[in-house]
Amino acid sequence: MQWLLLKRLGALRLAEHNLNELTMSSDSHNNQNNQDSSVGLVKPQQVVIEQPLKLACGVVLPSHRLVYETYGTLNKDRSNGILICHALSGDHHAAGHHEGETKTGWWDNYIGPGKPIDSNRFYIVSVNNIGSCFGSTGPASENPETGKPYGADFPPLRARDWVASQRLLMQHLKIKCWAAVVGGSLGGMQAMRWSLEHPDELQHAVVIASSMKLTAQNIAFNEIARKAIKSDTDFCDGNYLQHNKVPHNGLALARMIGHVTYLSDELMGQKFGRDLRSGDLLQGKTDPVEFQIESYLNYQGDKFSDFFDANSYILITKMLDYFDLAREYNHDPVAAFSHAKCKFLVVSFSSDWRFSPDRSQEITDALIAAGKNVSYIAIDSDHGHDAFLLPNERYQKALGGYLSKLADRLEGGS
Amino acid sequence: MNHKLDLIKPWIEPNSRVLDLGCGDGALLASLQEQLDVIGYGLEIDPDSISSCLEKGVNVIEQDLNKGLKNFADQSFDTILMTQTLQALRYPHLVLDEILRIGSKCIVTFPNFGHWRTRAYLNFLGRMPVTKQLAYQWYDTPNIHFFTYDDFEALCKERSINILHREFMAQGMADKALKSVFPNLFTEIAVYHLSR
Repeated sequence: MQWLLLKRLGALRLAEHNLNELTMSSDSHNNQNNQDSSVGLVKPQQVVIEQPLKLACGVVLPSHRLVYETYGTLNKDRSNGILICHALSGDHHAAGHHEGETKTGWWDNYIGPGKPIDSNRFYIVSVNNIGSCFGSTGPASENPETGKPYGADFPPLRARDWVASQRLLMQHLKIKCWAAVVGGSLGGMQAMRWSLEHPDELQHAVVIASSMKLTAQNIAFNEIARKAIKSDTDFCDGNYLQHNKVPHNGLALARMIGHVTYLSDELMGQKFGRDLRSGDLLQGKTDPVEFQIESYLNYQGDKFSDFFDANSYILITKMLDYFDLAREYNHDPVAAFSHAKCKFLVVSFSSDWRFSPDRSQEITDALIAAGKNVSYIAIDSDHGHDAFLLPNERYQKALGGYLSKLADRLEGGS
Repeated sequence: MNHKLDLIKPWIEPNSRVLDLGCGDGALLASLQEQLDVIGYGLEIDPDSISSCLEKGVNVIEQDLNKGLKNFADQSFDTILMTQTLQALRYPHLVLDEILRIGSKCIVTFPNFGHWRTRAYLNFLGRMPVTKQLAYQWYDTPNIHFFTYDDFEALCKERSINILHREFMAQGMADKALKSVFPNLFTEIAVYHLSR
């Protein structure tokens, strides 16, 4: 099954890039500037963590593989590490470009020399988490007990399992305390979980476009996506790899649904409106008509289903649904956050309706009530949930300012 | 700024919880954090001011005062600060009630419209005053209420707000000498320490 792994590794691409490509034409100048301050050529690394990892569900992974990238240099006292936590479809390739490729990592707008997460000042670690499909142990990996891919048998995961696995990588890198743990969406959930589970091992948590728990509407969208995948006859109850099949259509449909919810009505209106890609709507014609948005969504779905694993999609959407920060704290977010010791930066985007500003405000209110250091910025943006990945002057300035203060402190300044 | 800090510092307990409504660039909170080790938060809506706070390591929350403070629990702060903001709010009297719900005490400063220079401006020029403290034209000003030291004292009495301390700030030599005798005439900025 090693071939499978290699195939996946060879297909390191991200849906977010595609979004950049199709929706960001007006920002091409901006992207050009970013190219100038890229971390440049990067090479993924991997480690097999031999220490058993007991998952929240009770299952023990005797060992697991993690693929990761690092940008910048670890300082002498190993205190300038920043952990990047990816979201649903993310991977370890957050910045720079791989050999022979021009495409940059999914958060290249924000990670690099002189960028908000400054690789001149921080040692940035970006890891592909277990259960995902870019080389780290997941449903497409070989189950040592059967010699076949895990498929649907891969154990269910929680955000805390990702945190536990990231902590093993942290130990491998001999880092005792992160300067910051940073993430958007599901990534923000991990940052919050870090702050509660290992309060002495991070100085800052940056929680972007995230939530302490998903709303019913959010879970509903995830279930529709899962149903789409499972309805594909090629899904074979999750064991499609053993049958040399891929539920391409189901996964594409799942992604199309997700994609619509990550954008805003305004943005789709601006970029596509009611423009037609083919045919016209004059009376007396029978030719088929295709709207630009239809074509765009189909393209996005197809592209995504070429590189993402359907079981991973099901697994990670469930992980999102199950996340409830304060569940073990009597459902009291203030009680939950009273365990945290780090400082927080919370960021939301005005047109994000999947992880709305109200959710970020709830996080902020709970942190204030718990007496924790927190700053909250509400960024104006038309880009919906995906805004956290895209260039935005105010967001860049705020995140950069916050982290530069941290870098000053680490470097012995005020 | 330092003058103001010296003035209000004795009213704030070390290590206490402070909420600064309309915190600007966060300089006051940064000083209070440094000198009194307070747990401070600033509310602000101006993007540049918010960035300045973040760069200073001051906790800043992007929130519009005019949309209320319902997200803050009763008596969850020791001191609420509101410097030079009252005159810019839609309903200052309601905000005063609200901040004394959230904080056990509050410190409020505002430009005194009763200062002789403002009076003279209106009296002799017949135009709305544009002074150092009120540096805007009438049609483009964030300051939508003009009130005097005496007006504020009357409001406190009407709403049963206790005045713990009052200080008058003035710059000119004559103002400094006369502000304690005729505060409404010679105070440029009034500083109040209030409770309920």
